[in-house]
Amino acid sequence: MDNILSILIFFPALAGLLGFIVDKNSARAYGISVATIEFLLALWLWMSFDGSNGGMQFIEMVPLIPDFGISYYLGVDGISLFIILMATLMVLLGMIGLSIKKDMKNMIISLLFLEMTMVGVFLALDAIIFYLFWELSLVPMLYIIGAWGGPRRVYAAIKFFLYTFFGSLVMLVGMLFLAYLYHDVTGVWSFAITDWYALVLPLEYQIWLFIAFFFGFAIKVPMFPFHTWLPYAHGQAPTIGSVILAAVLLKMGTYGFVRFSLPILPDASVAMITPIAVLSLIMVIYTAMIAYSQKDMKQVIAYSSVSHMGIIMLGVFAMNAEGISGSIFLMLSHGVVSGALFMLVGVIYDRRHTKMMSEFGGLASIMPKYAVIFGIMLMASVGLPLTIGFVGEFLVLLGFYKISPIMTLIAGTTIILGAVYMLSLYKKTFFGPVTNKENNKLEDLNKNEMMSLLPLVALVVWLGVYPKPILEPIDNSVKHLVAFMDKKAKTQEAKDIIISTTVIGEEK
Amino acid sequence: MLEPISISLSSLNLSTLAPMLVAIGGALLILIIDLLKDGLHKSLYVMLTLLILVVDLGAVMGLDVNQRGFFDLMLVDGISIMAQALILVTSMLFIPLALTSKRFHEYSYPEYFSLFLFMIAGFQFMVSSDNFILIFVGLETASLALYTLIAMHNRPNSYEAAVKYFTMGALAAGFFVMGSAIIYATTGSVELYKIAEVLQNRMNETGLMVAIIGGALMILVAFGFKLSLFPFHTWGPDAYEGASAPLAGYMSIVPKLSATIVAMRIFGMYIDIGVEEIRTAILVLSVLTMTLANIMALVQGDVKRMLAYSSISHAGFIMAAIALDTTKGNSGIFLYYILFMFTNLGAFSMLWISRHKNSIFHDRFDHPYEKFAGLVKVMPIGAVVMALFMLSLAGVPPFSVFWGKIYIMSSAVDAGYIWLALVMGFNSAISAYYYLKLIVYMFLQDPVNNDGTIYYNISKPLMTIIGIAVVATVTSALYIQPLINYISYMVGASGY
Repeated sequence: MDNILSILIFFPALAGLLGFIVDKNSARAYGISVATIEFLLALWLWMSFDGSNGGMQFIEMVPLIPDFGISYYLGVDGISLFIILMATLMVLLGMIGLSIKKDMKNMIISLLFLEMTMVGVFLALDAIIFYLFWELSLVPMLYIIGAWGGPRRVYAAIKFFLYTFFGSLVMLVGMLFLAYLYHDVTGVWSFAITDWYALVLPLEYQIWLFIAFFFGFAIKVPMFPFHTWLPYAHGQAPTIGSVILAAVLLKMGTYGFVRFSLPILPDASVAMITPIAVLSLIMVIYTAMIAYSQKDMKQVIAYSSVSHMGIIMLGVFAMNAEGISGSIFLMLSHGVVSGALFMLVGVIYDRRHTKMMSEFGGLASIMPKYAVIFGIMLMASVGLPLTIGFVGEFLVLLGFYKISPIMTLIAGTTIILGAVYMLSLYKKTFFGPVTNKENNKLEDLNKNEMMSLLPLVALVVWLGVYPKPILEPIDNSVKHLVAFMDKKAKTQEAKDIIISTTVIGEEK
Repeated sequence: MLEPISISLSSLNLSTLAPMLVAIGGALLILIIDLLKDGLHKSLYVMLTLLILVVDLGAVMGLDVNQRGFFDLMLVDGISIMAQALILVTSMLFIPLALTSKRFHEYSYPEYFSLFLFMIAGFQFMVSSDNFILIFVGLETASLALYTLIAMHNRPNSYEAAVKYFTMGALAAGFFVMGSAIIYATTGSVELYKIAEVLQNRMNETGLMVAIIGGALMILVAFGFKLSLFPFHTWGPDAYEGASAPLAGYMSIVPKLSATIVAMRIFGMYIDIGVEEIRTAILVLSVLTMTLANIMALVQGDVKRMLAYSSISHAGFIMAAIALDTTKGNSGIFLYYILFMFTNLGAFSMLWISRHKNSIFHDRFDHPYEKFAGLVKVMPIGAVVMALFMLSLAGVPPFSVFWGKIYIMSSAVDAGYIWLALVMGFNSAISAYYYLKLIVYMFLQDPVNNDGTIYYNISKPLMTIIGIAVVATVTSALYIQPLINYISYMVGASGY
C-alpha cells in the first residue's frame, strides 16, 4: 500500500463521521474496534518501514493550491514513525480504560477526530498541512476538557485553546515569511518542508524565524515560562484527556523543533542553545520543586511532565545524534509512562472522587495489583535503569555532556528530584497504615483497567531492557538529520558544535 | 455658436450598462406586477428576483474585460466584473432567505424586492466607474434603498437602525462630496485616471499636495463610515441589531465589498503615485479597526452584535490589504470576501432560523448567548454547523476564512509588512475567544428553559442555503486554486 499514510490519517476521521450513526450503547465497542484497526495499520506501517533508510518514506504528494505552493504532502521517517505508533496505541488503550459515564458516543467521536489530527501532524511534510492538523487538534481537545472535565473545566479548556492558538499564529507568520524567502530565492512558491531544508538563510533571518517558530512550539511543549496552561488543563481534564494531552499533544511541540527549527535554521538553533538550555533547566528543576509541593496526585504528575519535557528539550538542542535520538526515545517513553500514570490516577479518582494524597495512605495493602503497577510506572518515570525511562534520559544527558558538562550535571538532578517527589507521593499514598476508613472497601483493578495498563507495563520493561528495535530506526533518521545540518550550517560556531559531536558519536 | 454635438450610439458602448439595466428593469417589472394584481405570495417575488439576478449575472459574465462606455463614465475592468459577480452571487444566496416558515412584515411588500434590485444596480454602478460623480450616484442609490430595507423589518429598533444608518450615511455622503470637490478644484477633473496624470506632474508643489491629501482624507472618512472603520463604526452594531439577521449578514458583505472596491481604486491610485501619507492613514485605521472591534466584540452579550463587531474587525483586516497596493494584496481582498461571504452569510442564516417573533430569552436581544446554551443536546446538527462557521471565522484551518487570512497575511509579508502580519495574527487569536464563547455555550453548557423551539423559523429553502454555505466552508481547500488563478488574472489584467 503506497498510500498507507493517507489511510492512517483519514480512517479515524471517516470512522468518526460514521460514528454519528452508531447506537449510543455500542459506541464504545465501535471506538475500540476502530482504534484497534488504526493501531494495526500503524503496526503494518512499521513492518513495511525500511529501518536502515534514514530519509522520508511512503511519500505522497498531491498539489493542492499550486499557485501558492501548498500541496498535500506526507511522509514518514524514523522520527515520526514511533510517535505515531505511540499515539495510536495510547488512543486505543485510553478507550479501553475509558470510565466516563455520560455522552460516551460524543467522547468516542471526539477521540477519533483527535486521532486523525494527531497522526496528521506527525505525517505532514507541508507546513500548511502541518499547521492545519496542528490547529485542528485543539478543537476536539477543547471539547473533551470542556465537556467531561472538573468544576473549572470551561476556563481550563479556553485557556488551553487560546494559549496555543496565539502561539501558533506567530508560527504561521514565520511560515509565511519562510515561504516568501523561498519564493525570493527560487521564484517558486512552496510550503514543503523538504524544499525549505534546501534554503540557506543569513543568520539574522534565521534568528527571527527561530523566534517565530519558538512561540508556536514552546507553548505547546510547554516550556517555562509558557507552561501555566498545562497544570490547569491537566487538573480539569478527564483522565482520557490528560492521557492524550501528556502522551501525544505535548510531543507535537518537541517534534516541531526537530522537524522545523533544527534542519531549517541550524545556525540559529546553535546560537540559541544556551538560552534554550537555561529555560529547560529551569523547567527541570523549578517544576520538579513545584511537583513536590503539590497535594493533588494529578498535579504532581502534571508538573513532572513539564519537568521531563525539559529534559527532552535539552536533548533536542544537544545537536548530536545521541542527544536527539535520546530525546525522541524519551518522547516515546514519557508518552507511555505519563499516559499510564494519568490512567492510574484516573483509576483511584473513579473510586474515591478525590485525588488528594492526604485522603489516602496504605493503599498497597488494599489494592496490591494497583500498587505494583503504579510502582513500576513510578520507577520508569524516575528513570531507573532497565526501565524505558532510563534509556532516553541517559542518552540525552550523554549527548548534552558534549555541549556543557556543567549544565548536564544540573540536568542530572532530574533523576534525584524525580525520585524525591515521586517517592514521597508513593509513600503518602501507598505505604503506612490505612488511615481513612473509606479506603478499606476499595476494589482492586478491574478487567478493563488491567487490559489498558498491562500492555504499557510490558512496554516499559521490554523497551527498558532491549530498546534496539526502536532506537535503531530513530538513530538512522537522526544521523541523517545531523549530517544534513552539518552540511547546511554556515557559521563556524555551528559547524564546530555539530561536527565535533557527530565525530564522537560515530567516526565517519 | 455652439458646435453641434454628434455622438454615435456605438461609441457609447451601451453593453457596459446592460447588467444594471437588467436589475433596474427587473425592479420595475416587479412594481408593475404588483400594480396589475394585488396580494401575490412572496415566493413569486423571491423566485422572480432570483431569475432577474441570474440574467444579471449572465450579462456580467458576458462583458469583455477592460472597456469603457457611456461617455467614458463606465469602466468595466476585471475588478468590476468580479465585484459585480460577487455582489450578484451573494444576493442570490440572500434572497431565498425570505422564504421563512413564519411571516415577516417586509416580505409581504413587493416593494421590498424591487428596492433590493435597485440597490444592486446602485452597487453595480459604484464598482464599475472611476468617475467620482457616478460613484457617488451609485453609492447613494444603493444606500437609500438599503436604509428602507432595514426599516421595513417593522420593529422599533429597526427604525432606530435605519435612521442611525441614514444619518451617518448622510454625513459620509457630505464628506465624500467635499473631498471630491477639493480634488476637482485642485486638479480640474473628477476622473481618477486624469487626476492621476495631473498629480504625477505636480507632485513637488507642496500647497497642491496638502489640498490633495486633505481631499483624500475626507474621502477616506467617508469610506470609514461606509466600511464602519474605527472610529466611524458606531452605527454598525446598532444597525445590524435592528436589521433582520439575513440583511445584517448581507450588510456585512455587499455594501462593504463595493466600498472596498472604490477605496481600492481611489487610494490605490494615491499610493501608486507615491503619496505615502495615505498608506499610513489606511494602515492606522485598519489596525485600529481590527483590534478595537475585536476587543469590543469580547464583551457583547448578543450573538448578533458579536457578529457585527466581528464583521467590522474583518473589514479592518481587508482594508489593510488596500494599503499594501500589490496585485497579491488586491487579489487577497477578493479571495477573502468570497470565502468570508459563505461563512458569514451562513452564520447569520443560523441566527435567522432561530429567530422568534418575540424575544423570549432576553428583554432586549433576540439572540443572547444563553439562547444557544446546550444546543448540542437539543439539535446536534445545528450546533455542529454553527460551530463550523465560528471556527471558520476564527481562522481555524482548513475552513474557508483561514485561506483568505493566510493569503492576505502572506501578501503583507511579501510587501515587507511583517509587523502587519503579526498584528493580524494576534487579532485572530483575540477573535478566537468570542467565537469560542458561542461554541462553549452550545457544547459545554446545559440548556436553559428549552422547549425545543430554538429552530423556530426553519424551512427547506433556508436549510438549502445553509447547506450550500457549509459545503463551501468545508471544502474550500479544493476550490482555492482555480479561484486564486482567476482572481489574480482578473486583478492583474486590470492593472492593480
